[in-house]
Amino acid sequence: MAGRVAGKVAFITGAARGQGRSHALRLAEEGADVIAVDLCGPVPSIGMYPPATEEDLAETVRQVEALDRRIVATRADVRDRAALEAAVADGVAQLGRLDIVLANAGVFEIQPALDLTDDAWREMIDINLTGVWNTCRAALPHLLEQGGSIVLTSSTAGLKGTPNTIHYTAAKHGVVGIMRTLATEFAAQSIRVNSVHPTGVDTLMIQNPKTWGLFMPDDPNPTREGAEPVFRSTNALPVPWVEPRDISNAVLFLVSDEARYITGVTLPVDAGYTAK
Amino acid sequence: MGKLEGKVAFITGAARGQGRSHAVRLAQEGVDVIAVDVCEQIATVPYPMATPEDLEETVRQVEALDRRIVASRADVRDAAALERAVADGVAQLGRLDIVLANAGIAPMGGEQNAAQEFADVVDVNLTGVWNTVRAATPVMIDQGDGGAIVITSSTAGLKGIGGDSPGGQGYTAAKHGVVGLMRTFANTLAQHRIRVNTVHPTGVNTPMVVNDFMQKWLEEDPTIAGAMSNLLPVEMLEAVDISNAIVWLVSDDARYVTGVTLPVDAGFTAK
Repeated sequence: MAGRVAGKVAFITGAARGQGRSHALRLAEEGADVIAVDLCGPVPSIGMYPPATEEDLAETVRQVEALDRRIVATRADVRDRAALEAAVADGVAQLGRLDIVLANAGVFEIQPALDLTDDAWREMIDINLTGVWNTCRAALPHLLEQGGSIVLTSSTAGLKGTPNTIHYTAAKHGVVGIMRTLATEFAAQSIRVNSVHPTGVDTLMIQNPKTWGLFMPDDPNPTREGAEPVFRSTNALPVPWVEPRDISNAVLFLVSDEARYITGVTLPVDAGYTAK
Repeated sequence: MGKLEGKVAFITGAARGQGRSHAVRLAQEGVDVIAVDVCEQIATVPYPMATPEDLEETVRQVEALDRRIVASRADVRDAAALERAVADGVAQLGRLDIVLANAGIAPMGGEQNAAQEFADVVDVNLTGVWNTVRAATPVMIDQGDGGAIVITSSTAGLKGIGGDSPGGQGYTAAKHGVVGLMRTFANTLAQHRIRVNTVHPTGVNTPMVVNDFMQKWLEEDPTIAGAMSNLLPVEMLEAVDISNAIVWLVSDDARYVTGVTLPVDAGFTAK
């Protein structure tokens, strides 16, 4: 049976691990080739979990190739538009086309608003908001002729406010503005643009002592097991967090022809977090 | 093997249009169907409603896919009739996993009997959805396997576009109202792992939209016709586009999607 995105090429940022790797594999399973980028390195103001590495990105390459799909992977920072443009141009030269864009790269940090440094604010906005725009800016010229589908990874924090995440929440709300504007501006070229809004996803970005501590502030030694019931209480469905593949399945639906007339939509994949 | 193999769906308004498309699309994915439709005219609805022959055609198309279907005539305004249809269907098909509250009317434009026109569309499009969910959920809760409910709202459930007639006002109010039902049920049924979402189609190529009456209504009020254009370059969606969104929503691919208003509207609400 032909895959649901057979013959298409997807550009994915933050593809070294976590949701980005999951998206690359899920789309590859359904017949897509991949242009993958990741910073594969540290960001000074992000300290609560380790950064992805070149080995992580190499593992994504290995897993996509094990599915008999092609992948062109490079280290690139979403803050560097020229690097993104070069990565897309190189990928399109090798893979022949571009149909799908997943602006997935992002970072997360927890800080009380009044303790946040200017540098930390700027880095967050540069990566999680401007990085998304840079990704779209680099990719859109390649989509203009035949149309395509863009999915921006926002968050439940793109729809609701939560304490101690002002820079993250501001950036993830801003992503919705990018999505809505591009959806209207490029609809006539049959380019669809949507955002997904995950609740907590079981990756290092939330599975770290500082994030567990946000959910159990009175415990000096917070653990995954201890935080789990508190995470669970934030969702309507009885689950503490979701798997990367759950977000990939939503992304796959959105970029497939099954959703050929879905655009301008904020799609929560959040176990009812925002409905609660 | 279908992605919904072995499941059973209860679908209202299944005689034609989107309801028939959902029945057929789900059957293609391995689902058996409990189908109801009123199959008779409601006096305040100005276009011809579905017939018993239409419902028979849905039965024929589902059976042609080698799936089972238990179809009966029932009015979503009649809670007892829905409960009987569900009980009979579950007795024959063994279980219930999916509920599609799809039945609806669109009596825009008339103004012969304002109070009746408003009351009828609210009864069918809002109270009928409440009746549908209430008839189905006890079975799903007892089963203990979770489940998925999709309520068919409209772009008129997100924007005030029903026009200036009692039927249009009632339509818009009811389609907004089902969002409230969805959000409430999403919260109260989550503990049973029953997910509840709404879909919001723009104009779909079905007899509810493509009929002389609706065309006349659109032509007579240019503000409505202008407001009805989509963002993507497509005039009207096909019923299967809504069915595809529903197949995804009720599948395990969306196992953590609940409480969501999903427009399938070619960008209509994003304009």
